[in-house]
Amino acid sequence: MRHTISVLVENKFGVLSRVSGLFSGRGYNIESLSVDETIDPQLSVMTIVTSGDDQIIEQITKQLNKLIDVIKVVDLTEVDHVEREMILVKITPRQQDKAEALRLVDIFRGRVVDSSPRTYTFEITGDEKKIAAFVELIKPFGIKEFVRTGKIAMAREGVKKA
Amino acid sequence: MRMSGAEILIESLKREGVKHIFGYPGGVVLNIFDLLYENEDFQVILTRHEQGAVHAADGYARSTGRPGVALVTSGPGATNTVTGIATAYMDSVPIVVLTGQVSTDLIGNDAFQEADIVGITRPCTKHNYLVKDVKDLAETIREAFYIATTGRPGPVLIDIPKDVTVDRTAFKWPEQVSLRSYNPTYEGNKWMIKQAARSIQKARKAVIIAGGGVILSDAGRELKELAEFTEVPVTMTLMGLGDFPGAHELSLGMPGMHGTYYANKAIQESDLIVAVGIRFDDRVTGRVKDFAPHAKIIHIDIDPTSIKKNVRVDIPIVGDAKRILKVLLSLLKEEGKTQWEPVRKAWLKQMKLWKKEHPLSYVYSDTVIKPQYVVEQLYELTKGNAIISTEVGQNQMWAAQFYKYDKPRTLLTSGGLGTMGYGFPAAMGAQVAHPGKTIIDIAGDGSIQMNIQELATCVLYKLPVKVAILNNQYLGMVRQWQELFYEERYSCSHLDTVPDFVKVAEGYGAVGLRAVKPSEVVPVIKAALKVKDKPVFMDFVVDWKEKVFPMVPAGAAIDEMMLGEEAEEKKTKKLRAVK
Repeated sequence: MRHTISVLVENKFGVLSRVSGLFSGRGYNIESLSVDETIDPQLSVMTIVTSGDDQIIEQITKQLNKLIDVIKVVDLTEVDHVEREMILVKITPRQQDKAEALRLVDIFRGRVVDSSPRTYTFEITGDEKKIAAFVELIKPFGIKEFVRTGKIAMAREGVKKA
Repeated sequence: MRMSGAEILIESLKREGVKHIFGYPGGVVLNIFDLLYENEDFQVILTRHEQGAVHAADGYARSTGRPGVALVTSGPGATNTVTGIATAYMDSVPIVVLTGQVSTDLIGNDAFQEADIVGITRPCTKHNYLVKDVKDLAETIREAFYIATTGRPGPVLIDIPKDVTVDRTAFKWPEQVSLRSYNPTYEGNKWMIKQAARSIQKARKAVIIAGGGVILSDAGRELKELAEFTEVPVTMTLMGLGDFPGAHELSLGMPGMHGTYYANKAIQESDLIVAVGIRFDDRVTGRVKDFAPHAKIIHIDIDPTSIKKNVRVDIPIVGDAKRILKVLLSLLKEEGKTQWEPVRKAWLKQMKLWKKEHPLSYVYSDTVIKPQYVVEQLYELTKGNAIISTEVGQNQMWAAQFYKYDKPRTLLTSGGLGTMGYGFPAAMGAQVAHPGKTIIDIAGDGSIQMNIQELATCVLYKLPVKVAILNNQYLGMVRQWQELFYEERYSCSHLDTVPDFVKVAEGYGAVGLRAVKPSEVVPVIKAALKVKDKPVFMDFVVDWKEKVFPMVPAGAAIDEMMLGEEAEEKKTKKLRAVK
């Protein structure tokens, strides 16, 4: 099963390599990874998407916790959470398809971030399903370039049960 | 007071209570070595290879419980430490390795003797550092010792560029170390300990498996009390030998691949396993899915990753073995012991029966020296009072089987990584820490050649390390596997030319002795034990056909043991079939 794990780490050089080395050294998968500084510049957050059975995921979270520079590990899959990723996609539509392509971006609440006589570049943000749906629909217009961020995720604020 | 980086390093080591440094100089650490010249605070042991320095620091640490320190230069000096570091990492040994690095302005330029040692050792250290600013040096050293020695101990490496040893800053020693990201758990979960106590009370056929964690947490006394109070037999993993007196009637010796018949049988038939400070290595469990099929498993370990990594666990307790065993004992004592007495007696009777049926044994010979006989005599003649180190292979297993370890920290062996060439330098490190003590490396003719250069170090510092070479002209364990599982195709296991170890020893200025006949074994050991000021090589020319039994073949369950006789039978049958 796929898990999205959020890892709070010390923002020191070499931390990314400690984390990625842990995954490769022990034979775990990284499906996606995104890292950046938090509001506190001494800290970074890594969002890692990985997969494995319960035993492997338990080992992954424990092994991450064991790294000296790791402060906190949360398996977001276990809680209600929000996930987002973003894509930039450059398409080369035929003249007669341009309007349709723009309409599609509108439907997905995306934005046009660059245009040239032959191309459009769109920016779409959303969860994995939304991105997949958009990619499926935009493909026929002719994709020239495509990049995608890793996933970022955050737990939803819990609502106390009455 | 403003000090140079090298001065800060020396001052910091002093504050950490370091007395001995195992090292080897080179270009970028010259500033540090210059300060060690005529320094009264430390003894620097100049080894003959950086690997030897790290193993020596490791042997020093294992035999004392205090961190061992190695100091080497950059590039090849640093990369030569890797095997030593990986060895210490697998066996949770607290050592601090200081490596020199090229100046910060040269890092990344492929400078002379540059190696990215922090990158190279990242997966085999508990933590490592590159110090880029002299202002961070004192704090880094403080942290390194703290990390190496707390929680589950392990090696920590500090890489120090040459310019950092020259730069000057005010020396400030942090009194406290506090790392928000590193807080080992020491106290076990009370509720879990209660569950464990209840399970122990209910068990009819319980077994304790004790590992290296018991030694690390100094929990030997608590373990003994637990075993004696509950009348539960104890088996010790290779790393745990010495946890519990080997000659005690509740001792079952070592379990696993070359474990005793009775330890393996006890585990397989038990209804409760109390695992303390072990990590269920594959050499202990055999085929995992058939390991202890009827048992509930209580697992006590300070490292949460050890729990449920290899085997299922019913009652996990994360924390320090000593503290947890104390709480567990007090809970059990509150309840008293009457209810379990009769059932435990029947289980112990079964142990006795198994011990009688298949004791550890070998066939003594008058004409050729059996390696097991040598180990037995070493035990007899030292009265079990020596510190033993081993190399890896048959010598290691015989040392585990036929020497009885009564006290913790008396067996130094590379259990996890299985490093040939470990035993001799480790013995040397232990001898530095225990000047008057008998230290014996039980070696093979293959392994001893992997760090034989340390003879010079032992001669130089008058370290009377004894090396018992079980000389069979083969890489014995490889040969054993080839005989049993590869149709006697001895590919690359016969060493053909083995040096004259007596002459080698004498060439270095050490003592060389040889025994060819069984009757010569005792006189040679006695003569060796008398030598107090230089190392001794004892070359025992042993039966090359001898194999280590019992043996659980790779991938089998641990009660599927070859006990020696059957292995011979199987072979003759096969030979007949071939005809």
